[in-house]
Amino acid sequence: MSQPFPFSAIVGQEAMKQAMVLTAIDPGIGGVLVFGDRGTGKSTAVRALAALLPEIYAVEGCPVNSARIEDVPDWAGATSGKIVKRPTPVIDLPLGATEDRVVGALDIERALTRGEKAFEPGLLARANRGYLYIDEVNLLEDHIVDLLLDVAQSGENVVEREGLSIRHPARFVLVGSGNPEEGELRPQLLDRFGLSVEVTSPRDIATRVEVMRRRDAYENDNAAFMKKWRAKDSGLRKAILAARAALASLKTPGAVLHDCAALCIALGSDGLRGELTLLRAARAAAAFDGADTVGRGHLKTVAASALGHRLRRDPLDEAGSGARVARIIAEILP
Amino acid sequence: MTDAPALPLGPWPRAEAALAVLAVDPAGVKGLWLRARSGPVRERVTLALAAALPTARRIHPSIDDAALFGGVDLAATLAAGHLRRSAGVLTNPSPLILTMAERCPVGLSARLSHWLDGAGPCLVALDEGADSDESLPSALADRLGLFLSLDDLAWSETDVPVLPQAQITAAQGRLGQTALPPQALETLTSVAASMGIASLRAPLLALSITRALAAWRGEAVASGTTLRHAAELALAHRGQLPDQSDDADQPAPPPPEQGDTPTDQPQTLSDDIPDDILLDAVRAALPADLLARLAAGKAARAAKGIGGTGTVRKGNSRGRPLPPRPGTPGAGKRIDLVATLRAAAPWQPLRRQTRDSARLEIRQSDLRLKRYQERSDRVLIFTVDASGSSALARLAEAKGAVELLLAQAYARRDHVALIAFRGQTAEVLLPPTRSLVQTKRRLSGLPGGGGTPLASGLRMAHDLALQARARGMTPTIALLTDGRGNVALDGSPNRAQAEGDAQRLARVIAAAGIPALVLDTASRPQQGLSVLAAALGAPYLPLPRADAHRLSAVLQSAMAF
Repeated sequence: MSQPFPFSAIVGQEAMKQAMVLTAIDPGIGGVLVFGDRGTGKSTAVRALAALLPEIYAVEGCPVNSARIEDVPDWAGATSGKIVKRPTPVIDLPLGATEDRVVGALDIERALTRGEKAFEPGLLARANRGYLYIDEVNLLEDHIVDLLLDVAQSGENVVEREGLSIRHPARFVLVGSGNPEEGELRPQLLDRFGLSVEVTSPRDIATRVEVMRRRDAYENDNAAFMKKWRAKDSGLRKAILAARAALASLKTPGAVLHDCAALCIALGSDGLRGELTLLRAARAAAAFDGADTVGRGHLKTVAASALGHRLRRDPLDEAGSGARVARIIAEILP
Repeated sequence: MTDAPALPLGPWPRAEAALAVLAVDPAGVKGLWLRARSGPVRERVTLALAAALPTARRIHPSIDDAALFGGVDLAATLAAGHLRRSAGVLTNPSPLILTMAERCPVGLSARLSHWLDGAGPCLVALDEGADSDESLPSALADRLGLFLSLDDLAWSETDVPVLPQAQITAAQGRLGQTALPPQALETLTSVAASMGIASLRAPLLALSITRALAAWRGEAVASGTTLRHAAELALAHRGQLPDQSDDADQPAPPPPEQGDTPTDQPQTLSDDIPDDILLDAVRAALPADLLARLAAGKAARAAKGIGGTGTVRKGNSRGRPLPPRPGTPGAGKRIDLVATLRAAAPWQPLRRQTRDSARLEIRQSDLRLKRYQERSDRVLIFTVDASGSSALARLAEAKGAVELLLAQAYARRDHVALIAFRGQTAEVLLPPTRSLVQTKRRLSGLPGGGGTPLASGLRMAHDLALQARARGMTPTIALLTDGRGNVALDGSPNRAQAEGDAQRLARVIAAAGIPALVLDTASRPQQGLSVLAAALGAPYLPLPRADAHRLSAVLQSAMAF
């Protein structure tokens, strides 16, 4: 199947879809973590997002997708110098990826055959200005996680190895998915994700049947199905572009800032990253809504996904942190 | 086929149907989970599998990434003298057969799942699990459409499966045109939901199986019988069956409706299949105890008993050296140069003659890898009751026992942590350490008095144990208390709530699979404490009149020092 499942055709899972759209509006929110049961459409949503995202302008042949010719790193070799449209990169980081493939390494073939010291860019270079998707992120090898943490923090990939000394920009939105039954995520990595959503299987039969019907149509009547949903997807793409443009002129009243702080204090989240992400996400949500001011309603819609993963774990809380956040949101923001 | 077999499918016809479905539409049903010990019956099925999937390749659970995704072809590189790369198994879109699937590590299962979601057509997992805790990883089990268990089949019930190539090809041609009965989607979904199957992959796979089975049987529209058989094949192993009576011990109890209404069933099925008939078919498909065993396998993974020392890990990074083993370096495995040269040495004259060269000739078969075995460090978390009810004398005894154990822990290089609870809360007096002096000093300075916040102590111990585990250590909790917990988690002096909190925490600790040990230091054994120990899944040792030496002796025997 050449075309992925359309994003708008995913039934339910509103929190997951909202989180992904928000990072498309403001990549500065910093990534989405999708945790949940098997077979709930986590991977499907990420592949669909890749097809939904607006195209970017980049220098042709640039390994790090630079927007301007003067940004092309000097090790990149000759580029045509033309600026072309290309899809937003969504790069898969496979679990088995070696350090060499992630950060890039000496180009062995050129070194052996031509005796040149050349840099072969890795996945982080290709993900610049786009998305880096890690399925089963909780099973990722520790040393790769450390590498990612460092790069996600600085937005720059520094390679000092095998006589190479190279740095290039690596700003990307980290999208991780996984099943918590198979292993927990280290809190340091958890904190790097701006938003986190928990997905569960739909409980009612009607929704489940609808999921099956659409999937079945996608597999067995592909052309008609894609045609039906293409219009919806392009409408969503336009809305994302409009929201991006509106983001700069959006007003943030002081009351909203106060609400952010009150919420984070009540939840006892560590550090200030919670407030900052909450505000960014609320702004993106307001821009997507077409509002000119951020309101309390926007804050409420994003609070659970922006703060849920920043709480200290309570071993006795069987309902999970989601319920706790929802309760406190209801108390603080009536 | 015109004559549909009787309802429901018997064990062997089910196996044949599964093989046919797999042969007709491997990419749609995604694969087969075959749970069987090796034997002649399994042999028959695997032979038929080889015929059904002629291009299939076999992989084993310890396959490394180089073989999966491609990498340097060491044999060719050594022979040619320059770099040669090999194609990985997963880059080739052919079906895979995973042998000894019960030993499949989580990492491999994630990689294979990813492959199945993308380009991979299908995977057959041969699961030879003997015990309930040996089973296919659930991420893979969820993605494979079919399940077969051959354990209850006798050789005499089986036959050589007939899968004529012509019929397979004809069925594959029909696959696109095969229609489903109008309510099929709803029925399969609601049956899956009522069985408590959360994953939406299950009904989707059941749908593919229905199509393939109908195509195989030459039906233009899938019949009720086919739908029923497909539900058996796809759903039976996945969920708990609703309202299953306890006396359903005997394998495959036939559903009661089957015998009563043999005549009116066909027309009911062809129009509108009631969910409960499908459910009964599914229920009849598997012996009841198999479901229990499969479910137990999921739960048993994390729990580990109290071992003599920390868990043994075999690796190749550090620890006590083991004899080197032939293999291919890569993926963190390091080459043992001396052993490699030693293995290559006897062949040198011969190889030099054939190659007519003077250099050292090393073949892939000579390569030896370093292996090490290490025991992960054990950490003993002493959780000591320092409340007023623990009379000061007994606190001194507990201290004495801990000190004795410390000396032994020091000799064994075990880590020790110390938590004390008194008054309103618990506190970590000493994070995991090997420092004997420091532990003794903290311990002797431990004051007594106040209430007994047992729940807080357990909670602290739980958190510390999880932290220790995250750092690769094997934690064990030793709880020393007189059991009269009277301060709740929130610090309020409420005895009933305090006991409830302690019980709940004990269950949390047991669920996390942390081994524990309860020492009753009260002057008379406490009923409540043995209940708590049962919730913890821990041995309970009342010490009516223990001095430090006896306490230490009991601890030693219980923890198999």
